[in-house]
Amino acid sequence: MSTQQQEPETDAEPEPESQETPTDQEMSGLSSPQQKRLQRKHEGAAERERAAAEDDLEGDTVHLKVFRFDPEVEGKQEPRFDDFHVPFERGMTVLDAVIYARDEFDSSLTFRHSCRQAICGSDAFFVNGRQRLGCKTQISELDQPVRVEPLPHQEVVKDLVVDMDHFYDQMHSVEPYFQQEDLPDGELEEQRQTRENREKVKMSTRCIWCGACMSSCNIAAGDNDYLGPAAINKAYRFAMDEREDEEIKEHRLRIVEQEHGVWRCQTQFSCTEVCPKDIPLTEHIQELKREAVKKNLKFW
Amino acid sequence: MYEHDVIVVGAGGAGLRAAIGAHEAGADVAMVTKLHPVRSHTGAAEGGINAALREGDDWELHAYDTMKGSDYLGDAPAIETLAQDAPEDTITLEHWGMPFSREDDGTVSQRPFGGLSFPRTTYAGAETGHHLLHTMYEQVVKRGIQVYDEWYVMNLAVTDEPDPNDRTCHGVVAYDVQSGAVEGFKANKGVILATGGPGQAFDHTTNAVSCTGDGNAMAYRAGVPMEDMEFVQFHPTTLPSTGVLISEGVRGEGGILYNEGGERFMFEHGYANNDGELASRDVVSRAELTEVNEGRGIEDEYVHLDMRHLGSERILDRLENILHLAEDFEGVDGLVEPMPVKPGQHYEMGGIETDENGATCIDGLYAAGECACVSVHGANRLGGNALPELIVFGKRAGRHAAGDDLGEAEIETGYSEGVEEEDMELPITPGEAGIAETGATETDDVAADGSGQLSDPEGVLERTVTEERERVEYLMEKDDGIQHAEIRAKLQKAMTEDVNVFRTEAGLKRALQAIRECREAYRDVYVDDPSRTFNTDLQMTIETRNLIDVAETITLGALVRNEFRGAHWRQENQERDDENWLKHTLVSWNGGKPSIWYRPVILEGEDKTYEPKVRSY
Repeated sequence: MSTQQQEPETDAEPEPESQETPTDQEMSGLSSPQQKRLQRKHEGAAERERAAAEDDLEGDTVHLKVFRFDPEVEGKQEPRFDDFHVPFERGMTVLDAVIYARDEFDSSLTFRHSCRQAICGSDAFFVNGRQRLGCKTQISELDQPVRVEPLPHQEVVKDLVVDMDHFYDQMHSVEPYFQQEDLPDGELEEQRQTRENREKVKMSTRCIWCGACMSSCNIAAGDNDYLGPAAINKAYRFAMDEREDEEIKEHRLRIVEQEHGVWRCQTQFSCTEVCPKDIPLTEHIQELKREAVKKNLKFW
Repeated sequence: MYEHDVIVVGAGGAGLRAAIGAHEAGADVAMVTKLHPVRSHTGAAEGGINAALREGDDWELHAYDTMKGSDYLGDAPAIETLAQDAPEDTITLEHWGMPFSREDDGTVSQRPFGGLSFPRTTYAGAETGHHLLHTMYEQVVKRGIQVYDEWYVMNLAVTDEPDPNDRTCHGVVAYDVQSGAVEGFKANKGVILATGGPGQAFDHTTNAVSCTGDGNAMAYRAGVPMEDMEFVQFHPTTLPSTGVLISEGVRGEGGILYNEGGERFMFEHGYANNDGELASRDVVSRAELTEVNEGRGIEDEYVHLDMRHLGSERILDRLENILHLAEDFEGVDGLVEPMPVKPGQHYEMGGIETDENGATCIDGLYAAGECACVSVHGANRLGGNALPELIVFGKRAGRHAAGDDLGEAEIETGYSEGVEEEDMELPITPGEAGIAETGATETDDVAADGSGQLSDPEGVLERTVTEERERVEYLMEKDDGIQHAEIRAKLQKAMTEDVNVFRTEAGLKRALQAIRECREAYRDVYVDDPSRTFNTDLQMTIETRNLIDVAETITLGALVRNEFRGAHWRQENQERDDENWLKHTLVSWNGGKPSIWYRPVILEGEDKTYEPKVRSY
């Protein structure tokens, strides 16, 4: 079964920044992803303070509505939502809350999680209508009841676990590995890379393969062959790395400008909005389009 | 049944490097991992990779620093191998495209780190582990190495000769998390354990939920000694509610620790009059806990780490990631308020006893990375030495398992007649009410009368598959009893309470009793989730058993070692005792019986002998 048909809750739906393709100037006019993120953090902090003042959660319980499905267990073959009431603690995240529900109430509640610090990328869920990492989403920032669902547009294996194989296939399809064969001969000699170039690829290298972007993308939802934001970003990470030769870069551009590649992107920015690592995915896709044009590669 | 030359268990830094090493040596290699490789906990490493790359530095300085940092409990051949191989293996990562931070001339950046005589910590932002992990996974994809992801390895298929040194490992048994199928994986040349640390034995740890010491426990039950398990590193700055790590970099940049009364206790209470907040990790952790224990902690739990005086510009420039961590995981804005921190379990220095080629005493069984003990870190690991260990010894284990000749190992493995045995009277018999009733003694009984001994690889594997299928059936079919979460919570609480930064004889004995109670409770454990599909209840139940076995070895080691060395502090003897304790602690099952014994540390290096000195910085 799939969550393909689920309607996101409209009040939590991120506003697209622009439906138009931004020009270069508009692009460069955007503040850096880090700045935007810090801005959001300050807003979040203020929001939490208000919430704390108005409605002290301390000592309270959190109401969770969690999606349940198991293909082989009677009563769970039809998807349903289970309610859990979990004691709130300061700093509690969505992941903390579902762990509590599992360990105290229902040991069959199933979800992927590992590092608890937003680096393993296991616990992207659909929380109150938006793709988020469970471990870095504070409960106090959410309206209750908190709805926790598996990522939309992927097959559900069980409860909050989705099948990631398609995502991995797309990631692998862009030849996601360094291909430079001509390396320095000297003993312990590294390839040189400028600080500027390292800075240019830096954000793209932060991807943790959580799949939030792919799940949020309308194009990916409608075109199963679309490479998707994460895979294209992976291609960007290598195509923009000056340590690889020009011909390898051209080879990479040919991969991403194929029929189901960069030209499918309609710059809705939903991927960029949900990325937990603040990677400017849409900008990276746009830049690859421009590179492909510059190289005179075939247009679809 | 699946079949490959080399099977690597775990796909973090050590596992990926082992797989690539074996592949380069021509082997058909496969990785079996309970996670997808990019989910592995290597990704959480922040600091960097120590490697002597530059003019003015050399491997001998790196080796010296490491030996001193180990408080003279590292073995010289292991340490020298690490220091010699790290430069080339680090540059190999660069050649694979790893996005290291760069200098103006385009060379890779290095920075100073605690305990290093030269700034040799090679880094990629404050996310070195993430880049290391992804770069190596990319190379695994490039080489087309087979990965069985979300397959949980439950046991090793090992022959059952009475002496573990005579045994051979022929493969592993794993279950497919997605489908619940239990299958055998035959390894024609070798099995490499790269399963990471056992941090989940503690309830406050920087380690991932998946760090459950699976490899350690499986090797231990198969007869491989656990070495120096008592040496557990507690990091002084972790967030109280989650255990998320706040990098040493905050103190490096000038962050200050305060107690509840606003005292800068590192100085005002005389814990480290020279280095203050930048004293070594064990010193700062003990200081923080002393403050809390003496009533000067905040909410009786933590202290404050304040970086506000550094100014937002400097914080944003060098410590941006710390702001995100404090905000996301503690709801604290480090720019406007101090961050709560307390010590948390961070790293296990000990592990599966191996030689410098990654080989254990069981033929065909290897270990590398945090689950292994070569031993490089001895009593205390230096920051920046975990990642080079992964790549250096991962690669060596992979190549050796594939059949490459790396030369004769200098480090001995396995129990032998004539070793020094511990004769302390223990409050419990190790393994009783658990291991004693499965595997270890049973196989010995079989072997004792010479009948039923299995040595053909297929037979050993099939028998193990059958046993593991029966175990799963039993756990699934049992309808009531106790659940793993309750046992695990009890174990973690006991370990954090009594096997923490401060250790006393009474506390350690109390912990052993609690571990025994966990063992007994575990006999009644059941899995409530009836599904074969993605049954994490079952997986965590099996992991909990591994944690119990590993916790016992940690606590036994801590009890017998009555001295203060590196990360291990004992109230009854608060000094390093070189006269009696320049030796490794080993806990093992020999001929079906548990024993604790010792092997002298090797201080003789290639060209020189390391003389133990007072460890001061």
